[in-house]
Formats: sequence, C-alpha cells, structure tokens
Amino acid sequence: SPQVVWDTLGNRQFCSYKITTKTQNFCRNEYNLTGLCNRSSCPLANSQYATVREEKGRCYLYMKTIERAAFPRRLWERVLLSKNYEKALEEIDENLIYWPRFIRHKCKQRFTKITQYLIRIRKLTLKRQRKLVPLRRKIERREKRREEKALIAAQLDNAIEKELLERLKQDTYGDIYNFPIHAFDKALQQQDAESESESDAEKEEEDDEDMDKREFVEADDSDLSDFEDMDKLETSSEEEQEEEEEVEKKASHSKSKGKTPLKGPARRKRPYIEIEYEEETEPATKTKAA
Amino acid sequence: AGGGPVGSAAGDGGPPAPERVLFPPTFSVSEIKNKQRRHFMFLRWKQQQRKEKLAAKKKRRKEREALGDKAPPKAIPKTIENQRVYDETTVDPNDEEVAFDEATDEFAPYFNRQTVPKILITTSDRPRGRTVRFCEQLSTVIPNSHVFYRRGLALKRIIPQCIARDFTDLMVINEDRKIPNGLVLSHLPDGPTAHFRMSSVRLRKEIKRKGKEPTEHAPEVILNNFTTRLGHSVGRMLASLFPHDPQFIGRQVATFHNQRDYIFFRFHRYIFKSEKKVGIQELGPRFTLKLRSLQKGTFDSKFGEYEWIHKRREMDTNRRKFHL
Repeated sequence: SPQVVWDTLGNRQFCSYKITTKTQNFCRNEYNLTGLCNRSSCPLANSQYATVREEKGRCYLYMKTIERAAFPRRLWERVLLSKNYEKALEEIDENLIYWPRFIRHKCKQRFTKITQYLIRIRKLTLKRQRKLVPLRRKIERREKRREEKALIAAQLDNAIEKELLERLKQDTYGDIYNFPIHAFDKALQQQDAESESESDAEKEEEDDEDMDKREFVEADDSDLSDFEDMDKLETSSEEEQEEEEEVEKKASHSKSKGKTPLKGPARRKRPYIEIEYEEETEPATKTKAA
Repeated sequence: AGGGPVGSAAGDGGPPAPERVLFPPTFSVSEIKNKQRRHFMFLRWKQQQRKEKLAAKKKRRKEREALGDKAPPKAIPKTIENQRVYDETTVDPNDEEVAFDEATDEFAPYFNRQTVPKILITTSDRPRGRTVRFCEQLSTVIPNSHVFYRRGLALKRIIPQCIARDFTDLMVINEDRKIPNGLVLSHLPDGPTAHFRMSSVRLRKEIKRKGKEPTEHAPEVILNNFTTRLGHSVGRMLASLFPHDPQFIGRQVATFHNQRDYIFFRFHRYIFKSEKKVGIQELGPRFTLKLRSLQKGTFDSKFGEYEWIHKRREMDTNRRKFHL
C-alpha cells in the first residue's frame, strides 16, 4: 500500500530517485509532478497520480490509477493534449475530474511552465545561434609556434624599409624628396680633381637644394621632434654662429649629421663650411678659401 | 678495450681530464652502469666531439682560403622559404590570363578608381573592452571607416542596408573570451568574403614606441609575398580597403606581409634620412591573420560557394607547402 511505500522508501530507507541537498529533497523520478520529494508528490507512494510531460514539442497527460497497479506495463495512461493552451487546460480538467485538487492544480501549473519554455525554444532557434567550436590544444600550440617562427623569418622592419627605398628609387614619390640621384653622386665622387668654378657651381646647386631641404625639414616640425636629429639641429645652429673661422672638418662632420639629416654620405667629402652658412656669409668664406 | 679513458675516470669527476683523451671507436657511454660515471663520461665525450668539430671547421676554412678563387661557392643554407614546395598556382608577373582576370573581377571598379572605399567595422555580439578599443584604433588606421555596434542583428540583414548606404566593405571582428580572434572581411556589392583567424593583437599602448597617433592622411599600402593566385586575390582584397591614392605628405604606410601563410599587419610612419636610409616608427595596432576560407559571394555560411577552405588534415601536414 502507498503508505507503507512512503514509510520505507520516502521517509526512512533508501530511495534511488531521492536527491538530498542542504535545504531540500528532490525526486529524480521522471513521472514526478513537482520535482520535490514529498508524501504527496512521490509517484511511487501515491496510487492515484498524474503528470504532464512533453515529448518532441507535444504535451501529454500521464495518469496512474489503483486498478492498474498490478500491471506495470499498462500503469501509465497517456493522453495527448491539444496545442491550444486553453483547450489543453480544459482537457486536463476533463480527464482529472474528481481527482484531488492538489494534483489537478499542479498538473496545470506544470503544463503552463512547459508551454512557456517550448515557446522560448522556438523563438531562440529563429535567432542566430552561437556556434561553439572546440579548440584543439595541440593545433593551437602548433599554430602559435609556426606564427612565431614566421615572424622571425619575415624580418618585417627590413622588408618594409627595403620596399620604401625601392619606391623612392622608382620615383613614386615624385618631387617631394629631392635627394640627389645615385648616378649623379657617383659621377661626382669619381672626379676628385675638380676646378673651383665647377665645384662652386655644384655647391650652389646643392645649396639651393639644401635650402629647399632645410625649409622642408623645418616645416615638418612636429614629426621631427620625435627624432634625435632635431636636438643636434638646434645645438649645431648655435655652434655654427660661434665657430665661423675654424676649419674643423670633424666638427663639420658631426654638424652635418644634425644640420642636414637628409643628405647622403657623399656630402662628407666636400668642405662643409660653405654649404652650411647662409647667404650672408657665403662670399666671406669664399674669399677666405681663396 | 677502453682501458685508458675508463681508468682515468675511475677517480670520478674530480681530477681534470687529460688534453688528448681519445675515445676508442667501440666505446659507448651506455655500457657504464654507474650513473655518475656515465654522466661524467658523456660530458667528456661531448667536449671531445665539440673540439673535433671545431678543428674540422678550421681545417675547412684554411682549405678554402688556400684555394682562393678556385674554392667552390659557399653552400646556401636551407630555409623553409628555399625549400618551399612549388605551388602550381604561383602567379607569373607577365601572366596575361591573370591580368585579364583581375581586370574583370570584383575589385576592378576599385582599381579603376570608380569606387571609393567605405568600410563598416563591427563586432560579434556584446564586444568586450579590448575588442572595442581595437575597433576604434582600426577605424583611425583605415580612412573612411565607421564603427557600428551590432546589437544582435543578423549579418544577412545588415548587408543589404550597407549596400544601400554605399559601403564597399564590411569587416566583422569576432571575439572570444574578451580578445578579438577572428575577422570576416566581405567586399560588399556581391564581392568575395574572406574569413581569417586573428592572433597576437597588440593595441597602440602595448607597442613599444614613442610616436603619436596616426593622422587622417591616406596611408600607403605595401603587400609583400602574395605569390599564388589565391594570395593575389587576398592581397587585392586587403588593398581595396585603403583609398587608391595615398597622401605622401602623411608618410604613413600600412603593410600586409605574408610569410608562410601568416599575414602580418603593421602600421608605420616613415622618414627618409637619406636616399639610402629610411627610419620607420611603428604606430597603430598590429595583428596577424591566417586565412581560413574564401567565399565567392557575400557572407553566407550555409549556401555560400567556397573558393577555398583550409582543410587541416590535408594542408597542415606538409611543412613546406604554403597556399598564399
């Protein structure tokens, strides 16, 4: 009899469907109406019992009566409930007429909950689902290692610098950068013994370019401030005014680095003093050299 | 057989080893049962191997110098790039077919200057701080780009709206555990969609440099090492993000460098110190991309026609075979 069942399984001895937690007892039985382990909600300890369960989106009402207690195969009677919410509630009422109030009420509550979560499932499947793709540790490690090696092999800075210099050579920048062309430089280097006029003329040309460059350099103030060259530029301009008469090639070398940051190495072979001074001092130095 | 050296080792690792102890060729370290002694003998054996190797190297160098001009040329060390399996789809610069293809593909209007690139940058749902900041920085790097947050909108519905508002490209940055890890780049009016895996993303403040922020000037674009046909299409796709005419005044350059199928993105500011020296300074974010798939139409995961997918089992096995 149900009372005996409850006294043994439910209350005292072991029930395999029972889960105990600190505050509550739960019942794992699939036919349980509320999910808790109670005298009134235990499907084993009640000979007249009903539940609502859903299968593949359709809800069924399961009923158990005393008459069929001896036939476990036919114990649970299943009734398909209508898809319409109100109609289904009426069906439940109809089927469970004359049943205890508790079971009827709980069945309807459970049915409501089930329909709600079915609606939510249908809504979510229409939205975009996040697909979880498992990471494979070995592969991730391999990829990471290969990436590091590829980075080292790439030598990015060198590649970028090379490419930029290539583009400069091929004149993609047009007139912005007025560097003397390689051929021009090399030709001048080969001619060591030059006449003064020739060299003067060249120097004047270079002076012009020099002016341009200087203007260009100073205009782009903001970016150059980041480079160390700017410091040398400022200091060297002060030095220059003081040391007018000294023919210090070494000083000019160091000055040249700061003063003309955009010049090529060929510059160093020429005496610098003429180049560095502006228009006023040029004739003075020329007479001195002569 | 090994009487001499074994005898000297009998006094343990304390006494220094004699200069020219020669191990007989039948000597094997593993025959000694005592671990300490075995270890000691192994070390000595290793030292001797090293000495022999050094001596052999010196000898070879002397021979080489002695021969002078007649010496055989130095052997080139093998690198993965040298040993790369020749890909049959490598593009020959003079290939007419490829040139014709490129003149008629989806990027032709960009390269003919008919369209101006306009980029929409967005993320997956609920982006976290890092991704948001990365998107902002990316939008400063790419001119004419806008960041929009996706609040649960489906990509398929966004795309027609974008086309209606004249966007040319759509970039979706996918996020996982608060870091960006994927990029979907879709050329909009019906163009190819590329799906990349993004790794080692560095934001501007994490890069060690002392530069300022990128300005509004259009940067130059450098595409390195895109050799195969697939690499060509990907390269064109990446290039079409930037305006066709770079402003040289800005002196900024965006680089996509492909090395062993990894595309490294860097953003620099350059300055020419002389005609043979250039200085570069890194600003802007950096990241690495690895192509996962290339689709013909716009983003469509179910019915899309895939031009190329990375198949791990077939493509990852050979270490010298690359596809980009």
